[in-house]
Amino acid sequence: MTLTILEPGLSTTVQDDGRFGHYHIGMPPSGAMDLYSHAVGNLLVGNDEGAAGLEMTYNGVDARFDEDATIALTGADMSPELDGEPIPTWESVDVEEGQVLSTSFSANGARSYLAIGGGIDVEPRMGSRSTYELIGLGGHEGRSLEEGDELPLGESGWNAPEGRSIPDEDVLTYEGEKRLKVIMGLCDYRLTEESKAEFLDSEWKVTPEADRIGYRFDGPDIEFVEREQPFGAGADLSNVVDVGYPIGSIQVSEQPIVLASDAVTGGGYATVGTVISPDRALLAQCRTHESVRFESVTIDEALDARRERRETLDRLRNSLE
Amino acid sequence: METDRIERYALPSPSYEHGGDDHVFVELDQAMSFDANFKAMAITQELRGQDLDGIVEVCPANASYMVRFDPDVIAPSELIERLKTLDETIDIEEYKWEARVIDFPVLYDDPWTHETVMQFRDRHQDPESTDLEYSARINGFEDADAFIEAHAGAPHMVTMIGFVPGLAWCHQMVPRDQQIEVPKYLRPRTDTPGRAIGYGGAFTTPYPVQGAGGYQLFGRTPVEVLDIDQELPDFQDSIVFPKPGDIFDFRRIDRDEYDRIREEVEAGTFTHTYGHVEFEPEEFFDDPAGYNERLVEVIG
Repeated sequence: MTLTILEPGLSTTVQDDGRFGHYHIGMPPSGAMDLYSHAVGNLLVGNDEGAAGLEMTYNGVDARFDEDATIALTGADMSPELDGEPIPTWESVDVEEGQVLSTSFSANGARSYLAIGGGIDVEPRMGSRSTYELIGLGGHEGRSLEEGDELPLGESGWNAPEGRSIPDEDVLTYEGEKRLKVIMGLCDYRLTEESKAEFLDSEWKVTPEADRIGYRFDGPDIEFVEREQPFGAGADLSNVVDVGYPIGSIQVSEQPIVLASDAVTGGGYATVGTVISPDRALLAQCRTHESVRFESVTIDEALDARRERRETLDRLRNSLE
Repeated sequence: METDRIERYALPSPSYEHGGDDHVFVELDQAMSFDANFKAMAITQELRGQDLDGIVEVCPANASYMVRFDPDVIAPSELIERLKTLDETIDIEEYKWEARVIDFPVLYDDPWTHETVMQFRDRHQDPESTDLEYSARINGFEDADAFIEAHAGAPHMVTMIGFVPGLAWCHQMVPRDQQIEVPKYLRPRTDTPGRAIGYGGAFTTPYPVQGAGGYQLFGRTPVEVLDIDQELPDFQDSIVFPKPGDIFDFRRIDRDEYDRIREEVEAGTFTHTYGHVEFEPEEFFDDPAGYNERLVEVIG
């Protein structure tokens, strides 16, 4: 059973919920940037939350199914159609052999997820089917999809009925102001108090340098505390003796960069805080030139937000079973 | 006068920082030292050995370390308490670990990185010199040749791996007053040959693949540190060869040996030459020159 790519879209990759246990050799987790949309799509088609699907950026695929399948499109709305007829998003849809799925540019949000009953059955590498493009590992030939690619599909354990959907309040639309919750800290002693306050008070604009490795933001200048640089740190005031970078951490050189699923795992720029895990999904839906604000939270508030996200997914799974 | 012991540094109280809801970052010191690095190495090795539920990633770094975990399985406060206990109980003078001592051939001043160095002169502190000449001068060496002899003259410890898969930070195993220190380029290069030997701050890094970069370039190695397709025998278990705690013995080679090794690599038959030691920090601290000599003797 295969899915044939007719139009690959702007940047489409096979992603599951990530590759773990290798960060200490410099290997980021990869995996879906918006793990919430990815998980909901899988639940709608009867897969495990972490099954491999397609992550499509700004503009998705046109693709032909060579057998009957159940699909769901979640995340950014790319106005999907089946043989030219509009189909709903955040809902399971039956596809018949030979039918063609097509998508357009997203109006809100940056990434759309295509889940298919049975998942995409590419060969796992180092415990994951996720694509890590920088070194060409995993996914389909380690790269984003191209016209003519044929993706193997897994056997679905059962056929989820058509029209399975989730409550409206669990459907995300990515409209309005985006606030990313962060726990400040790490090496934020490198910033002046004024600069730290300004970081949290300002609007930050997503620059065109925003991809699966990280999102670079434009805003006020970062001010560092003057010091004689410690041994081994390097000459620039933004430099520290090289540290590991958490996923979601904000590193500052001239501009802040929030590290994402394909993060560089460490380096010599000061990090000043970390976007909490549920809000990394929202980061994935931020579009170039959009503005975000960073909101400082405590570890307990971060754990509450994580629990809330977990409970939502548990509730959806139970209601769909 | 040059010191002949590794000076010891009393570490400040570690700072325990939440990296979001699912990471803890622990800075042992703001400055690089073997004290800080060996402590990071020892704590992370012990933590790995405990095999706790909910621990996802354990990452030693130069003078810090990081743990990724599942807070639904182990609470951040509980993890931090465990890390504090480890910090208090580990005495790095008594701590020992199995280390590989690895022969690492380098063609210094090779034609490929030389071409890159010349191509990006406008981004460098000193457009009139090569990276080797500049680094030799600011570190007080007579010429590039004496500088190369010093870089290859004592082994280097892999104190951290990261940025991208297989990139190893290597810190030379000599007293601080003999450490080479160089700044990064003023503006990063858009290109660096794969397998280039770079240097930034107080660290050598072999570039695993071709790409952008800002480190001073001294040479090129014929050997691979990353093999994504796992075709070379050393890469059967992992796509990355270096491990934190490895000891690299950079060895100056000529073009003939470089070409010979490349042929073996390309034929898929090359294997790294290395031996094993039980690394003993205290012996190293007391007599680095003598201990380093004994270390490199174990290379096959």
